[in-house]
Amino acid sequence: MISILEENMFLKLTLAGAALLASVALPATAVNAQTIGFSQIGSESGWRAAETTLTRQQAKDRGIDLKFADAQQKQENQIKALRSFIAQGVDAILLAPVVATGWDQVLEEAKEAEIPVILLDRTVDAPDSLYMTAVTSDLVHEGRVAGEWLAAEVDGKDCKIVELQGTTGSSPAIDRKNGFEQGIADHSNLSIIRSQTGDFTRTKGKEVMESFLKAENGGKDICALYAHNDDMAVGAIQAIKEAGLKPGSDILVVSIDAVPDIFLAMAAGEANATVELTPNMAGPAFDVLEAFAKDGTLPPKWIQTESRLYTAADDPMAVYELKKSLGY
Amino acid sequence: MNRLHPALRRILPQLITLVVVLGCNVLVFPDFFKIEMANGRLYGSIIDILNRGAPVALLAIGMTLVIATKGIDLSVGAVMAICGAVAAAAVAGGSDVATAVVLALCAGIVCGLWNGFLVAVLNIQPIVATLILMVAGRGVAQLITEGVILTFTNEGLIFLGSGSLMALPMPFLIWLGFGVLTAILVRKTALGLLIEAVGINLRASTLSGVRGNVLIVAVYAISGLCAATAGIIVAADIKGADANNAGLWLELDAILAVVIGGTSLLGGRFTLAGSLIGAMIIQSINTGILLSGFPPEFNLIIKAFIILVILIIQSPIVQSVLFALRMPPDRSGDDAEPNRDDRADERDHSMQKEGMAP
Repeated sequence: MISILEENMFLKLTLAGAALLASVALPATAVNAQTIGFSQIGSESGWRAAETTLTRQQAKDRGIDLKFADAQQKQENQIKALRSFIAQGVDAILLAPVVATGWDQVLEEAKEAEIPVILLDRTVDAPDSLYMTAVTSDLVHEGRVAGEWLAAEVDGKDCKIVELQGTTGSSPAIDRKNGFEQGIADHSNLSIIRSQTGDFTRTKGKEVMESFLKAENGGKDICALYAHNDDMAVGAIQAIKEAGLKPGSDILVVSIDAVPDIFLAMAAGEANATVELTPNMAGPAFDVLEAFAKDGTLPPKWIQTESRLYTAADDPMAVYELKKSLGY
Repeated sequence: MNRLHPALRRILPQLITLVVVLGCNVLVFPDFFKIEMANGRLYGSIIDILNRGAPVALLAIGMTLVIATKGIDLSVGAVMAICGAVAAAAVAGGSDVATAVVLALCAGIVCGLWNGFLVAVLNIQPIVATLILMVAGRGVAQLITEGVILTFTNEGLIFLGSGSLMALPMPFLIWLGFGVLTAILVRKTALGLLIEAVGINLRASTLSGVRGNVLIVAVYAISGLCAATAGIIVAADIKGADANNAGLWLELDAILAVVIGGTSLLGGRFTLAGSLIGAMIIQSINTGILLSGFPPEFNLIIKAFIILVILIIQSPIVQSVLFALRMPPDRSGDDAEPNRDDRADERDHSMQKEGMAP
């Protein structure tokens, strides 16, 4: 009842700035027992499943009532879910947008209803006044971390690198390529000699690696492999083994994502390093909402998640078991 | 040239194309034909082509028969994903490799029977009928793998994808064996002729006593079986069933292999050897592009351009121009044999021409 009265009061103030409104709204939001709606894209990949699991875990640990909506890869389902969250009067909405465009209308509606929206994992093409913040990883940074690790690992020795790119033209492929190039830019001993797309899949990763090995003197000229995701690296590791070389020592393997299977390879000494694309996007989002509920702190418009580097020193089998339990 | 065996003459353009594509590969990668022994198996780019071309070659065998009955099977890529998932789930659940393979092959045959039922019994147009499974099949595969890449360590199953026998990779031996068996089945019996008859005119063949609908169901079942075999190979190759990506878009490569091979999309005469060579042409282009070291942005453009050139050379107009240039003006001196072949050629061309029209 109280909240309805206050909402009516706030509706009169919709022309005022969002920040001002938010600070006025503060007493209305209960600090405990928040209800938060989460519109997830769908189950497109193991990573997505892990993100959902972690979001539910985080919500449970914090005593948040999470309303989960699976959009099955359709934007119209997400918009419907958002409208239903607004109608239910949730305290906040987490949105993992399936596409970048077409969100202005429904985000306006959420703003009018005084419900903060936090974007997870992907951003949208809408004015940033329409959402509270976006929690995403920095794809360029991920590539840079991988490049810097390799530069440190080879320690001044000459190293010819082959690169397995993601799907040509996709933003992870472009950004992870650029980031890696930045990471090795200051090291003239490192050079990328071949770069080809493996479409983010194991099969193509293996096939392309086979051609790299043929083209570079049976692989003897290759010092390291950089793959834009772990799945391609897993495929490539098989190709390296079948060519009679030892992945992990004859050819160093560094990749991105940190899916469970790469930790198995790492435990077997066949992969060297992976940069995590954390599935815990909800944790930072809930932190932000808690801070906001407590004293109205508004977060920056972009929160970068940690891109943690894992190597064989990080007890890969333990990480594997942990990751496996998240539903990857 | 005219003394060549008619069957060989039929696939001569495809063979020449393959040689030209391989020649281009040597230009971009001089060590292309280098083959050496490593770990008890042959190792080289040519071997890669025979090995990596296995899925499309297998799909092309089934697709050729389906297309010969005036049908088309768009579902083969999704059926690959389903059968790979079935095999992986079976070994992950503790079955031995034989059980897993039999289960996967049965799944493929069931998928094929479903397609055949829709086409032959319900009379749905093949492109629509098989589209259903193409769309739904990946969902089925996802349900089997529970949305993850289902990995396995069963040595027997892995052997089918990356093992070798007599120094040759298993996938190559499997598609070669499959192709030879199918060729014997359709060419040493009347089956091939009946399939062609059904493709040219279903009603006329039914009236002459051919059980056309049974044949149509059978060719879709064979196509499903081929797709299942390809699916097992692809899963075994990466030691895991990837429901999202296994066989993705391969149905289109298989159709292309059949078309490059010289079988008309309008049904009727078909050539299995041509389709298999077509599959090798496609894989040679793929491997050549990978070896060339061009930036990946050019991959599809290069592939499209080469295929365009191949199809232009095979087109009826260019063929008749080439034919006119080749024939001496005075034809009376020749014996009767080449004339008969010429008529066969012209029939081919008119078929291809019709094939282009829609």
